[in-house]
Amino acid sequence: MDEKKKKKVKTIKIDLDKCNGCRACEVICSAFHANPPYSSNNPARSRVRMIREPIKDIYVPVYAGEYTPAECMGRDKYIIDGKEYDECAFCRAACPSRASFKEPDSGLPLKCDMCEGEEEPLCVKWCITDALTYEEREEDIEEEPKAEDVEVGLSSMIDKYGMDKITDALARMSQKG
Amino acid sequence: MRYGETGYNLEIDLTHGSIERVETDPKDTELYLGGLGTNAKILWDRVPADVDPFSPDNILIFSTGLLCSTPAPGANRTIVTTYSPQTLFMAYSMMGGVFAPELKFAGYDKLIFTGKSPKLVYIWINNDQVEIRDASHLKGKGAVETQELIKQELNEPDAQVAAIGLAGENKVWMASIEQGRSSASRLGVGAVMGDKGIKAIAVRGTKDINIAKPAEFYQLCNEVLQYIKFREEKPVPGVMPILAGLGSPQEMKHIDEKWHTENFVWGNARERRKNFWTKEIEEKWNKTQLTARKRLISCYNCPMKCGAIISLPGMSTYMMKCFSKLTYAMAAYVEDLDFGFRIAQRATEYGVDGFSTPQAMAFAVELYNAGILTDKDFEGTDAYEACPKDNAGRFYWLLDRIARREGIGDVLANGTYWAAKAIGNGAEEYAHNNIKKHEQLPLKLGMLNPVYYLMYSTGEKMNITQIEGQFPQSPFPTMEERLDFVKDWIQVPDEKFKKYLLDWEMRGEFANPTYPTPEIATDIVDWQEMMHFIDDALGMCAGLSSFPLKPPYHIHNYPKFISAATGMDMDQEKLTEIYRRNRNFVRAINTRRGLRRADEVPPADHWKNRFPELEAKLLDTYYKFKGWNNDGIPTKETLEKLGLGFVAEDFIKSGILKDDAEDGSAKENK
Repeated sequence: MDEKKKKKVKTIKIDLDKCNGCRACEVICSAFHANPPYSSNNPARSRVRMIREPIKDIYVPVYAGEYTPAECMGRDKYIIDGKEYDECAFCRAACPSRASFKEPDSGLPLKCDMCEGEEEPLCVKWCITDALTYEEREEDIEEEPKAEDVEVGLSSMIDKYGMDKITDALARMSQKG
Repeated sequence: MRYGETGYNLEIDLTHGSIERVETDPKDTELYLGGLGTNAKILWDRVPADVDPFSPDNILIFSTGLLCSTPAPGANRTIVTTYSPQTLFMAYSMMGGVFAPELKFAGYDKLIFTGKSPKLVYIWINNDQVEIRDASHLKGKGAVETQELIKQELNEPDAQVAAIGLAGENKVWMASIEQGRSSASRLGVGAVMGDKGIKAIAVRGTKDINIAKPAEFYQLCNEVLQYIKFREEKPVPGVMPILAGLGSPQEMKHIDEKWHTENFVWGNARERRKNFWTKEIEEKWNKTQLTARKRLISCYNCPMKCGAIISLPGMSTYMMKCFSKLTYAMAAYVEDLDFGFRIAQRATEYGVDGFSTPQAMAFAVELYNAGILTDKDFEGTDAYEACPKDNAGRFYWLLDRIARREGIGDVLANGTYWAAKAIGNGAEEYAHNNIKKHEQLPLKLGMLNPVYYLMYSTGEKMNITQIEGQFPQSPFPTMEERLDFVKDWIQVPDEKFKKYLLDWEMRGEFANPTYPTPEIATDIVDWQEMMHFIDDALGMCAGLSSFPLKPPYHIHNYPKFISAATGMDMDQEKLTEIYRRNRNFVRAINTRRGLRRADEVPPADHWKNRFPELEAKLLDTYYKFKGWNNDGIPTKETLEKLGLGFVAEDFIKSGILKDDAEDGSAKENK
C-alpha cells in the first residue's frame, strides 16, 4: 500500500507575450474536431478562443473548460500592466453569459480534450510562434481521502444545519443506496 | 455541397437597398478559381467598357480567395475590385487581416456592390442576416475609430470591420480601405467605396467551410508550416535581410534602416540621401520604434509577424505594416521616426495610401520650391490656417488638405499625374514617378534590369512588390553562391530557371542589360506573374508565396492544395492554363478600357542607363510570348485557346481586333 498512484497532468503553457494573434489555434482545433477530422473548419466551434482586442493590445487564448448552467454572481476585470482585461477574459467555462465554447448551431457546450490520441494538442503544434507550448508531468495522487479532510467539510455542514439534520440526511441517502 | 468555397455571393444594390444571396456557377471556379479570376469575369460581364469609376454602374467587389477560411496558412486576402478613378483601369487592391475569412464563414465568397446609396450607410452582415444601416453618426470619423465604434454599437467584439476614413468619403483618389492591421490602399478603391456611400462593412460568420479531401489537406498544411519553420531558421544567404526571410518586408521587426533610407529615393526625389543613417539617428530611431511598438502581429492564420500595434502618448493606437513608417518621414525630410509614426497614424485614420500620398505631398513642396505653386496655394482660409513653414508642419497641413479636398489639396488628391495636368506651367516635369498614371515605389537605379523593365512596364497591379518575387533581384557574385542557391530551389517550375541564375553575371555579356536576354527575361517574368495571379485567385498572401525567395507555396504544391480543398482535378499544367486565362482576362479588361503599348512605359529616370532598342525588343518578345499583338492586345487565337472566345468577339465587334488581320490588330483604333 506504500506505492502511490500517479496521474498524468497535461499543461498548455500560454505565453501571451509571444502571441501574434493569428488564431491558427482556433483553425486547427475546429478542423481536428470536425467529423471526419479536418473535413471542415469553423473557429466558432473551436475549443480554444482568442480573446482579441488589437487596439488595446489584448490577446488571450482561452481554453474551454466545464459547462456551467449559471452565470457567476459577480464578474471581475483584471488590470495587468495598465491593460484592462474584459470580464470573463481568463475564464474557461461554457456559460450563459457568452457565446464562446458553444456549438454555433445547437448551442451545445464544448470542452477542450487536449486532442486525445495526438502526440500533443494540435493548437500547440500549429502555434509555431511558440506562444503555446505543451508540458506533461506526473503527479502523485493520494489513494484514500484523509478522514480529517472529510471532517472539515462535514463540520461546516453541521454548523449550518445542525447535527440532527445531517444525521437524518445521511441515513436517508444510505437507504437509497 | 461545395468544397473550399461557399458557392454564394452577396449582392447589394445600394440605390434600391436590395440584398440578395446568389448561388454561383461551379464552372466559373473551374475556369478562374476565384478571387481576382472570378472578379475579372464579373467586371467584364457587368460593367460596360465606358463606365466612369464614379458612376452608379461601376461595381465594387470584396472577394475572398478560393483557399480563404480553409486551414491553409496565410490564405486570408480580400481582393477588392473596381475601376480605378486614377488609372481608369481595373483596380484590384488587396488586404490581409481577418475580413475575407470572416466573410466566408458568414457564408459568402464575394460581396458585390452596385448602385449608390443616397446617404452614408454601413453594412452589417451577421451570417444570413444582412442589414444596410444608417452611418450618418460616423460621418468624418477615422477609419480605425469607425471600426471600433461599429463593434461597440453592435456589441460584437468578434465582428471584422473594413472602413474608410474622411479621405474615402471625400473621394480622394488615393483613399484606402482600412481593416485591422491591413488596408487595400492602392488605386483609389476607398474613393469608390466612399462614392457608393459605404462607410464600413462589418461581418460576423460562424459557419463551416468544407474540405473535399480532409486528411490530404491537413498533411499539406503541416508541410507548409514545417517549411516556414525551416525558412525562419535558414534565411537565404547573400541577399539583404528583407529578401532573406518570408513575409512582407519586415519593417516592424527591423530597426536598422540604413539600406532603405539611403538607397530609395523617397517622396518625389530623384537623388538618394547618402550618409543619412548616422549613429545618432540609429540610436534615436531604435528607441522610438521600441517604445511605439507594443506587439508584432499577423493576419489570420499566419505565423508571420509583418505588422505591429503602434502606440505613442497623445495619439490613438493603430496598426502598421510595411514601409509607412518611412514614407512620410523621408518624403518630408524630417529625420525623426516619432514624426513618421505620428503622421502615419493621422494618415491611417484619414484612410490614405501610404505610398502615393507622401509622394503627392513631396511633389507639392517641390512645385513650391520651383515657383510653380506659390504662397497663394498654401494660404489659410476661415476654415484652416496657412501652411506652416517647417517641414513637419507643412506635411501635416498638406495631409489635412488632401484628405479634406481643400484648396491645393483638392488638386493633389488625384495623384501626381492628374495634379500636374491641372496645375500645368511645367508641373508635369515633376510627376516623374508614374506608370499608367499611378505612383510607383521610389527607386532610381543605375543599370537597366530587363526583368524589372518588363514587370514595371506590363504590370497591371501597378505595384512592383505585387509583381516581383521568386527570382533574385540581382546576380550572385560567385558561382559557389549560385550553386548553393539553386541546390534546394524546389520552387522552380522548370529546371531551366536554375541555369538562368547560374549564367547570370555581375559584368560582361551575361550581365544586365543584355542578360537575361529578352526571351529569358520573359520566361522569368511569366513565372513571377503566374505565382501572383494564382495567389490572388486563391486569396493567399504574397508574403508566403509569390513575393519572397523560396516560399512555402509554389507551382508544385498548389495543384495539390486546390485539389484537396475543392475536389477539382488539378495539376501544374491545368493551373498554368488557369493563370494564362486570368492574366489574359485582366489584360483584356484593360484593353477594352484603352490600355495600349504606349501606356507601358516606366518612369524615364527609373534607370540612369536606358536602351531604347533593347527595351522595344523586350516588349516585343514579352507580347509575343503572351500571344498578344504588338500593341499588347491578346489576339483572337490566344483568347479562343483559353476559352475566352467571347472576349475576342467583343474585341472584333468594337474594332479593337480585326477578324482578318494577320496579327489581329486594328491599328486605327489605337
